[in-house]
Amino acid sequence: MATPRIGVFVCHCGMNIEETVDTARVAEALREYPGVVHAEDYDYMCSEIGQEKIRSAIVEHRLNGVVVAACTPSMHQETFRRAASEAGLNPYRLEVANIREQVSWVHSDREVATEKAIRMTRAAVEKVRGDEDLSPIAVGHKRKCLVVGGGIAGIQAAINVANNGYEVILVEREPSIGGHMAQLSVTFPTLDCAQCILTPRMVEVSRHPNVKLLTYSEVLEVSGYLGNYKVKIRRNPTYVDPDKCNLCNRCSEVCPVSVAEEFNENLSTRKAIYLPFEQAIPSSYVLDEEACLGIEPLRCGECARVCEVGAIDFDMQPEIIEEEVGAIILATGYDLYDPSHLTEYGGGKYPDVVTSLQFERMIHPSGPMKGDLRRPSDGRPVNRVAFIQCAGSRDPERHKPYCSRICCTYTAKQAHLFKKSHPDGEATVFYIDIRTDGKGYEEFAQGIISSNRIRYIRGKVAKVVDEGDHLGVWGVDTLSSERVELEVDLVVLAMAMVPSDGTDALAKTFHVNLDENGFLKEAHPKLRPVETTTAGVFIAGTAQGPKDIPDSVAQGSAAAAQAIEILSQEELTHSPEVAYVNEELCSGCGICEAVCPYGAVKVEGTGVAVVNEILCSGCGTCAAACPAGAIEVKNERHAQIEEMIEAALGSEK
Amino acid sequence: MSENSEFEPKIIAFLCKWTTYAAADLCGVSRMPYPSNISIIRVNCTGEITADMILSAFEKGADGILIGGCRPGHCRYEDGNLKAANRVHLLKRALAEFGLNPARIREVGIAGAQGLIFQRAAEKFTADIRALGPSPVVSRV
Repeated sequence: MATPRIGVFVCHCGMNIEETVDTARVAEALREYPGVVHAEDYDYMCSEIGQEKIRSAIVEHRLNGVVVAACTPSMHQETFRRAASEAGLNPYRLEVANIREQVSWVHSDREVATEKAIRMTRAAVEKVRGDEDLSPIAVGHKRKCLVVGGGIAGIQAAINVANNGYEVILVEREPSIGGHMAQLSVTFPTLDCAQCILTPRMVEVSRHPNVKLLTYSEVLEVSGYLGNYKVKIRRNPTYVDPDKCNLCNRCSEVCPVSVAEEFNENLSTRKAIYLPFEQAIPSSYVLDEEACLGIEPLRCGECARVCEVGAIDFDMQPEIIEEEVGAIILATGYDLYDPSHLTEYGGGKYPDVVTSLQFERMIHPSGPMKGDLRRPSDGRPVNRVAFIQCAGSRDPERHKPYCSRICCTYTAKQAHLFKKSHPDGEATVFYIDIRTDGKGYEEFAQGIISSNRIRYIRGKVAKVVDEGDHLGVWGVDTLSSERVELEVDLVVLAMAMVPSDGTDALAKTFHVNLDENGFLKEAHPKLRPVETTTAGVFIAGTAQGPKDIPDSVAQGSAAAAQAIEILSQEELTHSPEVAYVNEELCSGCGICEAVCPYGAVKVEGTGVAVVNEILCSGCGTCAAACPAGAIEVKNERHAQIEEMIEAALGSEK
Repeated sequence: MSENSEFEPKIIAFLCKWTTYAAADLCGVSRMPYPSNISIIRVNCTGEITADMILSAFEKGADGILIGGCRPGHCRYEDGNLKAANRVHLLKRALAEFGLNPARIREVGIAGAQGLIFQRAAEKFTADIRALGPSPVVSRV
């Protein structure tokens, strides 16, 4: 190979690096290092001026390799590679030495940090020394998008992608789309009826010619890579043909089985054959196989007997659907933290201690109480309500450390709605702080608080006790330092939001990461909020973290825009850092073929291994397994790594 | 062992860029310090780490090798982390035969969000290698 002419650029990152690393000394030390013909340090290498320094040095010093010693490569490697490429250097000849996250931010001794920065930058020089010109590999791609989760975020994403002319597969595991938003009474801060704003979207997405809606379905397996994911979906049988069902309700009337109704947060019952809710889409009854007395063999069959249109089909089988898609959006939403964890509040134990979502159903005009608020325990009217905020949130010792973001505003809404229907009722809200961060939320909540119709007490409730015909709420007003004891008819817990059940398994299926609280993790908390580290897989809505409806919708659209960016490419490419075979060393033993997770290496007619570059992901498993060292990953060759080890250990060249 | 109090071990950490490397980055972002003895080499997958790389790190003067990949079942490339585990297990047994304490090689599986766990793992491994003293491998190339 050509004589190395490597340029080294050491970034100060303002004071972020410079504070603990003497960048001038790093540049000076690297200037003396074999193969390095130019070295300089600068305030912000990522700035336009910094990038120009790289570009002009490449031209002026005829550089054939560049090392930027700066922040982690996941931050700006792409930025610097683009700049190098603009100056005519093959971008795969540029490497980043991570001297911020892994040096200056974790070490405090300037001498030690500077010395380590020199070693790590030298290691990157060793990598560059062995780098070769590479070109991205063109791969064909599918112009179709999978959206998992049919709540408001998933619906929004699906509509946006579909409106751009691409096919969408929208998968929802419940029998209807709509998600939690469909359960809400009205939405803050405008007090719009949730159904009135959601239902048109549900109809739009279900009738969209580019959307294939798969409800009561789950993704079983995902394989493939950016642009070419293969997805296996199981559609569970509903035993009712939605095209025939005319919603007459006779099947439900004769069904002998009653179970708790999920849509009403278990405050009412439904039959084994039921309509999920009035505005459900698909608009059809569903037979809950688990609740039914028996389908195989048939033990009752009353529903089919009374169905005049013959919509019920007990022979319906689970269907396995295979789809190939170019991009994936995960919008699987949230659940409420299980209230039975809050034993001090009698959560899950006292029927009149309800969750915020249960309260939404209780005050909903078409909810289980038809808007006439009653105690779940004895059906008596409710005149005194205590709302407890941060139930499970902001409690790192025992529950969830984070703020669930929407509870302060919806509690104000719920207390307001209660006072509207019960002008003489008593509403008390216990809070830690009032956090109303959205547009118009502060005005909304303060309007309610300052009306003085609701008693706001700053302090956490210590205990809720069953005192016979009422509940006792014991707490402290931390502003007056006085003990508070209330008698109430109902306690509403503003429960923490948690990732929806099954998020952990979903993360495994789609090879995406979870954050420390189990939410889907974004690729970068600020700059890549809807991307994951798996290319082509995006996230939206509360699956990523607690958020309100507008933020969920915005993320749905953002994820759609990023998916469209992939689907609309004329030609998709992937990294050329893939395996290659040295045919002279290969004996055709086939070990590489056996270990490759993607079937990307095959020993064929020629008797040597052949790499399918389109399938190869560059993981290097084959390279580690090859007994002859005949297969390696381009620009990540063992010889390069050995040189890097030597430099990192500080062995002098 | 008194001389060990001044002994600063050299440790090479091969970290999977998808998870443990990200956890190390998170330590930085959260300003959670760990010993500077640890020098990180970023790899695609721990499944690409060979016995040769580990041996060569010892030959070049490393006193300990930390291998950080995905947690079991979470490998980006199906099961590269488990393949690495098998390989390292065999290598440790072989090295023990040659008189190199297998405790000088440690594997961890740390998710990208687990900065604190990386910090603790780095501190613990450095302390353990410090206690073991300098590597007996003398044939430095």
